[in-house]
Amino acid sequence: MSMKTVFERTSGLTETQTHYCPGCTHGIIHRMVGEVLEEMDILEDTVGVASVGCSVLSYEYFNCDMTQAAHGRAPAVATGIKRVLPDRFVFTYQGDGDLASIGIAEAVHAAARGENITVIFVNNAIYGMTGGQMAPTTLIGQKTATTPFGRNAAVQGLPIRVSEMLSTLDGTAYIERVSTHDVPNIIRTKKAIRKAFETQKQGHGFSMVEVLSSCPTNWGLDPSESLDWIKDNMVPAYPLGVYKDSQKEAGQ
Amino acid sequence: MAKVLMKGNEVIAEAAVHAGCKYFFGYPITPQSELVAYMARRLPEVGGVFLQAESEVAAINMVYGAAGTGVRVMTSSSSPGFSLKQEGISYLVGAELPALIVNVVRGGPGLGNIQPAQSDYFQVTKGGGHGDYYTPVLAPSTLQEIIDLTEAAFEIADTYRTPVILLGDGMLGQMMEPVEFKDLTEREPGQKEWATTGTRGDGKPRTITSLDLNADALEKRNEHLQKKFAMIRQNEVRYETYETEDADYIVTAYGTAARIAMNAIQKARKAGLKIGMIRPITLWPFPEQPFIETRDRVKGYLSVEMSAGQMVEDVRLAVDGRAPVSFFGRTGGVVPAQEEIYEQIVNISGGVEV
Repeated sequence: MSMKTVFERTSGLTETQTHYCPGCTHGIIHRMVGEVLEEMDILEDTVGVASVGCSVLSYEYFNCDMTQAAHGRAPAVATGIKRVLPDRFVFTYQGDGDLASIGIAEAVHAAARGENITVIFVNNAIYGMTGGQMAPTTLIGQKTATTPFGRNAAVQGLPIRVSEMLSTLDGTAYIERVSTHDVPNIIRTKKAIRKAFETQKQGHGFSMVEVLSSCPTNWGLDPSESLDWIKDNMVPAYPLGVYKDSQKEAGQ
Repeated sequence: MAKVLMKGNEVIAEAAVHAGCKYFFGYPITPQSELVAYMARRLPEVGGVFLQAESEVAAINMVYGAAGTGVRVMTSSSSPGFSLKQEGISYLVGAELPALIVNVVRGGPGLGNIQPAQSDYFQVTKGGGHGDYYTPVLAPSTLQEIIDLTEAAFEIADTYRTPVILLGDGMLGQMMEPVEFKDLTEREPGQKEWATTGTRGDGKPRTITSLDLNADALEKRNEHLQKKFAMIRQNEVRYETYETEDADYIVTAYGTAARIAMNAIQKARKAGLKIGMIRPITLWPFPEQPFIETRDRVKGYLSVEMSAGQMVEDVRLAVDGRAPVSFFGRTGGVVPAQEEIYEQIVNISGGVEV
């Protein structure tokens, strides 16, 4: 009886076991990025930039050259790499605290300059690594370690919709928001990541995929409830879809 | 090459290009803005990249990214902007990335002013950012010396995989002097096998990071850094002495303050006072040797600074209580006059016979 391989590791990831909590979707997003790098055959031409937060150790998981950036500065570090090596693929992998809070300036200006890099922006509406504090993307009413009574717009302000905001900048080439709460959406996530790297390959400029992700540990939900929470609470606040496709808009 | 008349900030920039630096990331701040503008014109001519960053914080992190690819790269700033780069400098040290960071010091603290000062001495020589570290600090006192020390800075950076600081001040940055760019010995830039440039053709993936979650592993990494600092202390100390052999008193100063102090010393010699000079060129590692050699035979030292007294602490450590150490300084961007330094010299030497 012959055996047929139906599922394999991607060469885009190392065999190191990840440290992510059970039910966290970082692992899925890592895999989607790894598969895209493998399928485009660009692993050897890629330099990734890890950020600070739960994904700080992503440099141990992506099977390509990696640099670890200071908190929030990944787009600046990626800019430095890409300006020296314009023919390499450069991507950042950042959470919502890293990108939307401490690193918002670097994200905005890398986008405005049209840096030909790809940003994987993982939004789970909370700080994971430091123990569940409010993020810029925390929803109104959401309880966190630093909003124990729920985020109150009058006190903590309103959530930032990063994809919508960055898509207003002329320097951006491709921006899409996707989700990981079920299989069809995970498949769309991979397509979006592929599209972002293809955008970089063609030299069109700044591309970003915002991926809605779960944090069962800090949300206080089990993995399955967490996926429902993304669908029921995050997707309405952060609508999915393509926010910028400069090539399509240019009719090409 | 013939001599050319240039402004200090532009000399730093041209010297860096001369030393093979093709990448500059910076942010405008007085009194170093001419350096940024010079690079914006110059680097495209040599096929390099000039990029004006959105902030000093972004600039130093762009330097971090570029340094990770193995090229010679630099940024420059002045005191408040240099403070913003400190986090990035700590990361460069931790990840062992070579780079040149220029600080054209101005009056502080806070926004201070845009006049020349030496009040960032503590910050640049004692680490400055978080963690156990030092960065080599080179302090030129003439525009010609800027050329030599800029090249030396890149060599030290590459040799030890460390950020290096070139410390000037608003006066050195703004003044004009004739300088000569000598032909550099052609040298093959060493292969930086640690660089992250994509793995094509060079094996397994590499990582540049300063993170080590395991305490024992991080302690080992720190021990490695400390060994490196010990080697730099052993090999890279630079200083200049002037008439210290028969000196009763020794004035010590660096950079702009050393130039003015030198005039005061020469005047004192003419007046019959036996005064010498120790001019530290590396501020870290601090040149202890000329103090050790003279401390048992001189009557005292005078540290002259454009600060409230910073280098004087290192002078006292080097003199180790074996001779009196006095201090004279002006702050807030006030440059000490030759005459007032002369008066200080006369005072500590117990007067001049007229």
